[in-house]
Amino acid sequence: MSELTIRDALNAALREELIRDENVFIMGEEVAEYDGAYKVTRGLWKEFGDKRVVDSPITELGFAGLGVGAAMAGLRPVIEFMTFNFSILAADQIINHAAKMLYMSGGQFNIPIVFRGPNGSAYQVSSQHSQALEAFYANFPGLKVVMPSTAADAKGLLKSAIRDDNPVIFMEQETMYGMKGEVPDDEDFTIPLGVADVKREGKDCTIVARSFTVPQSLKAADIMESEFGVSVEVVDPRTIKPLDIETIVASVKKTNRLVIAEESHAFASVGAEISHQVMENAFDYLDAPIKRVSTVEAPMPYARNLELAALPSVEKIVAAVKEVCYI
Amino acid sequence: MANKILMPKLSPTMEEGQISRWIKAEGDAIEPNETIAEVDTDKATMEMTSLEGGTLLKILVPAGNNAKLGQTIGIIGNPGEDISALLAEVSSNGAASAAPAPKAEAPKTETPVAVTPTAEPNPKSEIPNPKSQMDGRLLVSPIAARMATENGIDLRTINGSGPQGRIIKRDIEAAMAGGSKSHPQSEFTAPKAAAGFREENTSKIRQVIAQRLTESIGPIPTFYLTVEIEMDNALALRKQINATLSEDEKVSVNDIIVKVAAMSLMKHPIVNASYRDTSIRFYDQADVGVAVAVDEGLITPVIRAANHKGFAEIARDVKELAVRARDRKLQPEEYTGATFSISNLGMFGIKEFTAIINPPEAAILAVGGATPTPVVRDGEIVVRNIMNVTMSCDHRVIDGATGAKFLQTFKQMLENPVLMLV
Repeated sequence: MSELTIRDALNAALREELIRDENVFIMGEEVAEYDGAYKVTRGLWKEFGDKRVVDSPITELGFAGLGVGAAMAGLRPVIEFMTFNFSILAADQIINHAAKMLYMSGGQFNIPIVFRGPNGSAYQVSSQHSQALEAFYANFPGLKVVMPSTAADAKGLLKSAIRDDNPVIFMEQETMYGMKGEVPDDEDFTIPLGVADVKREGKDCTIVARSFTVPQSLKAADIMESEFGVSVEVVDPRTIKPLDIETIVASVKKTNRLVIAEESHAFASVGAEISHQVMENAFDYLDAPIKRVSTVEAPMPYARNLELAALPSVEKIVAAVKEVCYI
Repeated sequence: MANKILMPKLSPTMEEGQISRWIKAEGDAIEPNETIAEVDTDKATMEMTSLEGGTLLKILVPAGNNAKLGQTIGIIGNPGEDISALLAEVSSNGAASAAPAPKAEAPKTETPVAVTPTAEPNPKSEIPNPKSQMDGRLLVSPIAARMATENGIDLRTINGSGPQGRIIKRDIEAAMAGGSKSHPQSEFTAPKAAAGFREENTSKIRQVIAQRLTESIGPIPTFYLTVEIEMDNALALRKQINATLSEDEKVSVNDIIVKVAAMSLMKHPIVNASYRDTSIRFYDQADVGVAVAVDEGLITPVIRAANHKGFAEIARDVKELAVRARDRKLQPEEYTGATFSISNLGMFGIKEFTAIINPPEAAILAVGGATPTPVVRDGEIVVRNIMNVTMSCDHRVIDGATGAKFLQTFKQMLENPVLMLV
């Protein structure tokens, strides 16, 4: 085990997969000579050279399409978006080509591609650069969506995503790149896609959180325990699609109460989907209406105080847990 | 902020109510859950309570006038508050129900913007909600409902601690740990719990019988069984009992009939049952409805668990419920949910009649007067007090023979009351 930041865990996963499989290559803006806008690809260009780590022009639709074509030809591209906000420009290649190719070619072409980069808010990057887009991509059949929240999950899930034969949307979080955690050194350490992780066990209330809201939820759970004697279970689905609803439902059947914390907006969100599936599968076990904590229904403000007010927070999650626990 | 006071649903069948009197006048302070008016519904005069506290700013429907369900009958708020907008809205909407929510607002997210949790009161508990427990609906969380069913807890005996009195998990846990609290909103002692039940799936033959008979005669295929009962021993028993009781505790013949019917029902569960298409529900106690004539018609207060009660207790229940029935003060749970009914017209000189089944009960017993009648006993003509009873039976549940067996037990017990001890 090594203690790594999420950034270095992602870097280790990329490096190990570049070594393991010569078909793997990385492409994106500033990923090579500049070591990546967020230094996730640090040192990889120097080690693997121009063929394996490729700087692209500022043309998201173009290099996403190059990646899809390369995948059809048998390579395993890892396409970095500087942020997922820019992936909107490439959405046609992702949704209309990568996601559909296997189906529309009658099974002739797998697209083993990973689109990765930071998703959600950062520090005062305002309305166009702070969006959490997981619900958008999770809505389309043919795409897997992964959102790690720890260094170990980041490494194990990215390796699984690269080895997966289908398109994977791999969403990181800029403000979490520096968070540290124990990571197995084993080159074959992977975490299967579609398996949730119970980050903290509890018995009175379940919080389903992903990415940005996982550390917040763990803090909220500590507060609930110490100040109110409420035992909170935190479930991190890790993969949004396919969703491990069984683990979530089992937790809700145990605790009878559910809060969903997410960085995206609430309307038609992944939280809305989870809420619906829990209602379908565990209706008779609920003791309170399911509560969501999401980013407010407004474009992200630039001002720091307004940004903080718009985003989910430990305090908001605590308030939601208290509400479903009738405290 | 000022709010409208809406006409609540105070009985299961109510569509409008008449304000019989305002207990509060304009300008009076109101505590949460305080009674503000009395409302005549189709069934009873009910007390109407306010969910929120404040000052009664305006009475819009004066005493003696009718208001439809959901119609604004008054306005509550802070003293001196400007209520012109509310008044304009009410007058433009006429009798329309609750005003639509303002539409122009941005879609609301679940996330409160305030950052400190302590500064956030639970918003839901503050919103006056006309669809609360006041309309007679029980609010129960799914897990609480499930736990109550699994543990045989009657939700009507539980006092909910959630928003709007919602019964939640901890309320059931408290009830399981140490007895439930009675409902504080009822000014009367809560009636004993309604009958529990078990259900058996309807057999195919039962379903065919039900279907064919229904086609033949209507939703409840009814048949009638009449039996003559010699009441001399029962009358003697009554005399003995009443000799030990004070004037206001006296037991009537009908009280004895209620008790004997309840005991007979326990021996013939098929008569203490309801037809439910795919199953037949067997109740595990006899909740006997006793028809009481009131000025406007008829109401059947329910003697809960009459099989467990003594004559005096039944007599006391019947008297108390009948008085309140005539005063139109019965609560809905006091006149609904019987498992069997008795209608007695003996005091009007009726010798024999048939009564109409009150669904989902499976039977009703029509009781005539006990009259001295010449009968033949051991070859001699003697005079006995003969009472005719006719039971109307739901043929989907009760067959001729099963109904007859019930009446046989009923007759034997009345003719030889000592059998009640067997």
